[in-house]
Amino acid sequence: MEEGLFIPQRVTKEEIFTPGHRACIGCGEALAVRLVCKALGKKVIIANATGCIEIISSLLPRTSWRVPWIHTIFENVGAVVAGIESAYKARIRKGKLPEAAKEVKFVGFAGDGGTADIGLQALSGAMERGHDFLYVCFDNEAYMNTGIQRSSATPYGAWTTTAPVGAKQPLGQLTWKKNMPEIAVAHRIPYVATGCPSYPLDLMDKVRRGLNIEGPAYIHVLSPCPTGWRSPPNMTVELGRLAVETGVFPLYEVVNGVYRLNFDLPELKPVREYMKHQGRFRHLSEDAIDQIQARVEEDYARLRSKAGL
Amino acid sequence: MGRRVGLEGSFAVAEAVRMVNTDVIAAYPITPQTHIVERLAEMIADGELDAEFICVESEHSAMSACVGASAAGARVFTCSAGQGLELMHEVLYIPSSMRLPVVAVAANRALSAPLSVWCDHSDAMSLRDIGWIQMFAENNQEAFDLTVCAYRIAEDVLFPAMVHIDGFFLSHVIEDIELPADEEVSDFVPEYEHPFVLDPDKPVSMGCYAPPFIYPETKKAQEVAFEHTEAKIRAVWDDFGRTFGRYYSPVEQYRMEDARVALLTMGSFGETAMLAVDELREEGEDVGLLRLRLWRPFPFSEFRAAVRDIELLVVLDRAISFGMGGPVCSEVRSALYHIHDDDKPDVISFIGGLGGRSIPVDGFKYMIKRAQERVSEGEAVDKPELFGIRE
Repeated sequence: MEEGLFIPQRVTKEEIFTPGHRACIGCGEALAVRLVCKALGKKVIIANATGCIEIISSLLPRTSWRVPWIHTIFENVGAVVAGIESAYKARIRKGKLPEAAKEVKFVGFAGDGGTADIGLQALSGAMERGHDFLYVCFDNEAYMNTGIQRSSATPYGAWTTTAPVGAKQPLGQLTWKKNMPEIAVAHRIPYVATGCPSYPLDLMDKVRRGLNIEGPAYIHVLSPCPTGWRSPPNMTVELGRLAVETGVFPLYEVVNGVYRLNFDLPELKPVREYMKHQGRFRHLSEDAIDQIQARVEEDYARLRSKAGL
Repeated sequence: MGRRVGLEGSFAVAEAVRMVNTDVIAAYPITPQTHIVERLAEMIADGELDAEFICVESEHSAMSACVGASAAGARVFTCSAGQGLELMHEVLYIPSSMRLPVVAVAANRALSAPLSVWCDHSDAMSLRDIGWIQMFAENNQEAFDLTVCAYRIAEDVLFPAMVHIDGFFLSHVIEDIELPADEEVSDFVPEYEHPFVLDPDKPVSMGCYAPPFIYPETKKAQEVAFEHTEAKIRAVWDDFGRTFGRYYSPVEQYRMEDARVALLTMGSFGETAMLAVDELREEGEDVGLLRLRLWRPFPFSEFRAAVRDIELLVVLDRAISFGMGGPVCSEVRSALYHIHDDDKPDVISFIGGLGGRSIPVDGFKYMIKRAQERVSEGEAVDKPELFGIRE
């Protein structure tokens, strides 16, 4: 540290998601998980869906996790975390665990496929029943672990291996990104937020808020994926910022139904600024980009009005 | 002190789950399992059982929640049937591979299509390879006793255990059974501590990813451990017998002394089959009954010993393996394969009781007689006969 300079420590140096994992170079998801885990602390139990993070972090006989961690299958994280939380609740009440165990928090991790597609039912059930848990969706906008197949969270116009660009179908993804945070809000849970590792302190604050609120909390984290987005690995953080600055992925919170925009931008950068660095959008015509621009502006205006702006 | 009560099979199971002081129940309603979960929900509402009841949104989540709760050290329970077990299927491999002592009851039911809520063993037969300890109850007393034992066994060997009870035939029929006192059961199934639980003070990673260099070794470890559960199962059943006076064994024998012919059944058909055996004995036939109680691990040595001296084994399956025949019969035949032809019985296969169709006493007598005819007429014996089909 430079002499005479004081920097308050807002981020612990301790790594809970440890180095040595097998993520791709420039992985936005690994960065997000690392930051989220720093905010979670060590009094947590994590249930993880099948996906990139599980594969890169748990290759037998090694593990990247310094907190208790369980992976079972793809689509059931909501139910597994509900079971863990219920076990603690019952065992504390029955005197089988000490009162101190009340400090333990329960967390579910999944990707966009494990959340918005195959895991939606289990997550919806857990949110509806009101278990006390935090669910973090690390959204890299496709099934990256299996080789860049489209999910319902893939953005309109993006190339993927199952929404390819061809002579007959020049667009790629033909559907608009499913709005998972709004689905969480519709469950009337106490805390919903969006986050991005390009805004580390904002993301970590949200994790702490979600963790400490009683009842279900949902955080949707945009995790740039150089491999799947066909973007330079050294642009991961920049792409996250551009996603926010263009309004493609606004950062906001919904606390007990009340919306708050974390960064209200007086003027959005054009979506081209965000898209031009990504090979998955390279094929798009000017018309298609204009269409995306219009949709982003419309969605952003709707979000602002929900936030009373 | 125990007491005699009239109880549905479903309520008998619920009593067992209550008496062992289960911590977490996760279940989704499906006929004919519903009375079990309804009764457990009532018990919790009345304060008779202190447990978390997770009313999940599917059977898939029911088993997933049980896995999570068991990994966190809780004593857990779920139950399902038919389509529900099929939806749960993917998750059923998890507790057996992760050595979690989840206990479940299956109220056996036919599989769609066409839709049938009634009993057969199609659902059970689709679960043969899930790596759970599996046993079949014949009456409501056994539904209670085996559920109590399932907890002790599962927690002793760290494998999940499933008790199969025939849907409606047991789940919805009231029988006179003996219920022990709560303390007797809690003494028999003491509190347990899983050696590796999800605990922030002692972090472990569960359910890791295994590449080819290590996956086969994990499976070998699982198989070796699972094979060794049979001795423990017998030990728990023996202890149960000494404590409660009712003894169970992997292959139950009825009037097998000097028997030349034996009928083999699973589940509630055993009781009707006993009546058929009694009548045939009175008619001078040398007939006995085998009831396969322990289905997984398959009790090879006890089964072979039970059929050593008979000439003809008649196997009644309550399910079809399409293009293969009766699944129980296939397994029985494979268990006898390496024995010289002169030293093993002919095996004749019947399939009956599908989709809840009942089989009367005369039906079992017919099957035994018909099997003898088929053997004496030198008919090809590898093909099963579907019993009681209108043609």
